[in-house]
Amino acid sequence: MAVRPADERVRDFSEVDTGFSREEAIAEAERCLQCKKPLCIDGCPVGIDIPAFIALIAEGDICAAAGIIQQSNMLPAICGRVCPQETQCEERCILGNKESPVRIGQLERYVADFARKEGVLPPERGKNTGKQVAVVGSGPAGITAAAELAAAGHDVTIFESLHKPGGVLTYGIPAFRLPKDIVDYEINRVLSRGVRLLCNHVVGRSITVQELLAYDAVLLGTGAGLPYFMNLPGEHLNGVYSANEFLTRINLMHADRFPLYDTPVIRGSRVVVAGAGNVAMDAARAARRLGGRVTLVYRRREKDMPARAAEIAHAREEGITFVTCANPVEISGETVVTGVSCVKMNMCEADESGRPSAVPIPDTQFVIDADIFIQAIGQGPNPLLLSLFDSISRGKAGNVIADADGKTSLPRVFAAGDVTTGSATVIEAMGAAKKAAKAICRMLQD
Amino acid sequence: MYTITASNEIAENIFEIWVEAPHVATHAQAGQFVIIRVDETGERIPLTISAVTGDRVRIIFMAVGKTTHALAGIQAGEDIADIAGPLGKPSEIEKYGTCVLVGGGVGIASLPFIAQSLKKADNRVIGIIGARSANFLILEDEMRSICDELCITTDDGSKGFHGFAADILKELNNTRKLDAVWIIGPTIMMKVTAEVTREKKVQTFVSLNPIMVDGTGMCGSCRCRVGNETKFACVDGPEFDAHAVDFNLLMQRQRMYTEMERISLERFHEYTCTSREEQ
Ligand SMILES: Cc1cc2nc3c(=O)[nH]c(=O)nc-3n(C[C@H](O)[C@H](O)[C@H](O)COP(=O)(O)OP(=O)(O)OC[C@H]3O[C@@H](n4cnc5c(N)ncnc54)[C@H](O)[C@@H]3O)c2cc1C
Ligand SMILES: Cc1cc2nc3c(=O)[nH]c(=O)nc-3n(C[C@H](O)[C@H](O)[C@H](O)COP(=O)(O)OP(=O)(O)OC[C@H]3O[C@@H](n4cnc5c(N)ncnc54)[C@H](O)[C@@H]3O)c2cc1C
Ligand code: FES
Repeated sequence: MAVRPADERVRDFSEVDTGFSREEAIAEAERCLQCKKPLCIDGCPVGIDIPAFIALIAEGDICAAAGIIQQSNMLPAICGRVCPQETQCEERCILGNKESPVRIGQLERYVADFARKEGVLPPERGKNTGKQVAVVGSGPAGITAAAELAAAGHDVTIFESLHKPGGVLTYGIPAFRLPKDIVDYEINRVLSRGVRLLCNHVVGRSITVQELLAYDAVLLGTGAGLPYFMNLPGEHLNGVYSANEFLTRINLMHADRFPLYDTPVIRGSRVVVAGAGNVAMDAARAARRLGGRVTLVYRRREKDMPARAAEIAHAREEGITFVTCANPVEISGETVVTGVSCVKMNMCEADESGRPSAVPIPDTQFVIDADIFIQAIGQGPNPLLLSLFDSISRGKAGNVIADADGKTSLPRVFAAGDVTTGSATVIEAMGAAKKAAKAICRMLQD
Repeated sequence: MYTITASNEIAENIFEIWVEAPHVATHAQAGQFVIIRVDETGERIPLTISAVTGDRVRIIFMAVGKTTHALAGIQAGEDIADIAGPLGKPSEIEKYGTCVLVGGGVGIASLPFIAQSLKKADNRVIGIIGARSANFLILEDEMRSICDELCITTDDGSKGFHGFAADILKELNNTRKLDAVWIIGPTIMMKVTAEVTREKKVQTFVSLNPIMVDGTGMCGSCRCRVGNETKFACVDGPEFDAHAVDFNLLMQRQRMYTEMERISLERFHEYTCTSREEQ
């Protein structure tokens, strides 16, 4: 397994982690104890038969391993790269008690990459049931639900408002973590099962709610794409971005290759990013690759950062400066950003979230010079469609309320993924979508 | 892929295209817009839906930068990669009484659809359409056929009233009771013209045109300040209360990429010149 050296990788958007070789994969697979009662499977939201596929890798039968994974997960090359395995399957691995857990994520990725090169066939579509299901959104939730529903023989149409499918996989997570040809490949495999994809269709606008409800069942997978702003003075200055906008310009519109691609993005020479989740790390590392000196400001301590440890480490290696226990309070500049004023924060007693709450310390204001300021402080459910669905039950944050089967308060309408949970993970969205698809199949049988 | 079924230059540097897009055409309402992407390397740009017939929508635009120049060069029968929509909230159509629709330059493109909808809701509709000069004036006949009254203005006096649309609106506002006004055109024109109706508190709408990316509320590029609140023009607008909009901020944000837009257009012209020479 190899991670490209930092000084090389900050100059491009190619993948940072280059994965296992065949020998490394087999050696790693041989470490697996093949537990009688494997705990790792419980840690996987889509329930992949992990010991079974690892055993096949150890035997050298990678295609068969791919077949096992494919039974539970249609997006393995994606999940192998972006899942937080350290808090899921790998955390449960018995070997972790003594040495290090089996690198299940890397193995999943190895198998998926192998299968992609070999062209392992996707599972067949089920016998046609004549039932029509509408899936709204083509992120991990929508794609997974569509795969399950098509396998069961339903006639599935996905509506996607952007010009390309994938949701956050396409517009949010940068190519240096998740190459876009891989996203395209895995999504196309799902579509090749006879799933109809209609891009440029904004549900609520290009399709009315009434038209949507004319389907036998509906699955909402519209995600949590609404960027929150901090409401700071100076927020409207040129050079202030939401992380969503900054990343969309680069990932979806390829602004990093301007002027070959038409969409511009400001290449900051000094960039400040607020936040410390995966989104903040991605924005910071993308800005670094556009040539900026990047400072990431976070109001709590480094150990409180919600991003994956590996992302934090990669960001640090790439020369991103962390300013912790500090919070932006004002953006300065006349028409363009010239700096970000921050205050130092004191860490107090733990709040409801279990993390210590950060409180500003008076008279500690300091300015970081900047020409770009990117806010990555969280996102809410995309309100466009939901505001038209006035009768659907929603939680405080605007999220759709759904039960364990994805059922919402409206008959025949199901929901899965970030639209129900707020920003979460790819695999949780997929797990919820599978459950919802199964519930839809049960409903359509009766 | 979506087919351009017709393409014409209807005034100097102003183009009309009809695009086959049933999902947009069958749902479009006055005041809404689409996002177009010409090809795989293209930018997503917002353009107002100017008219609808069957499965086709009409777009009218001025060639100002790379994308609009490229769009102008597409012949009838050729395709564009993407058209998403209809986007944005429709105009607030109701029975107001007497309505005035003021259009400046290519902003006139938005008016026929709104005028028609207002007529259907039993309003008296007065149109004021203005351009720099007669050769930039668009949609005169169409507006005349829909509106109860139509005034024409040109900055240089080459057609109609010699002066600005705001002058005519001022006159109307002084002499008659106006119930609702729409002003659509260049930002500076909307800013100045909106002042006319402020004092009498006539309900006045403007259609804002900030820089957009997705057009579905996911990025915040289009954020504007309206009555001290931040609004996303693509989902909360694009029409807003003219008397509450911070126009200066809008103009500042529209200039965010001026330098890059220039580079894009220069490259486009260089490319089209060389390919012409090669032919
Ligand atoms: C920058 C970033 C980095 C991340 N990194 C990780 C990571 O490393 N690991 C991880 O597990 N998770 C990560 N996440 C979170 C993860 O991407 C999400 O939890 C996951 O994508 C949610 O999937 P979803 O299908 O629910 O929604 P989304 O992926 O958001 O997809 C929703 C789709 O619905 C479409 N849509 C919305 N409204 C409409 C409408 N009205 N009509 C039609 N279409 C509509 C949207 O355009 C979008 O394509 C990250 C998120 C971001 C933003
Ligand atoms: C809701 C909405 C509806 C619109 N409807 C129309 C329409 O019906 N007809 C029409 O001709 N134009 C319309 N516009 C403006 C149109 O989107 C821009 O002219 C277009 O994006 C320019 O793209 P370009 O690549 O050709 O030019 P660019 O190279 O991107 O820019 C060239 C010049 O155009 C101006 N400009 C750039 N982006 C915008 C923008 N988003 N809005 C306004 N000016 C801009 C700038 O002054 C810039 O110098 C609308 C904009 C919005 C937001
Ligand atoms: S254009 Fe992205 S939020 Fe309006």
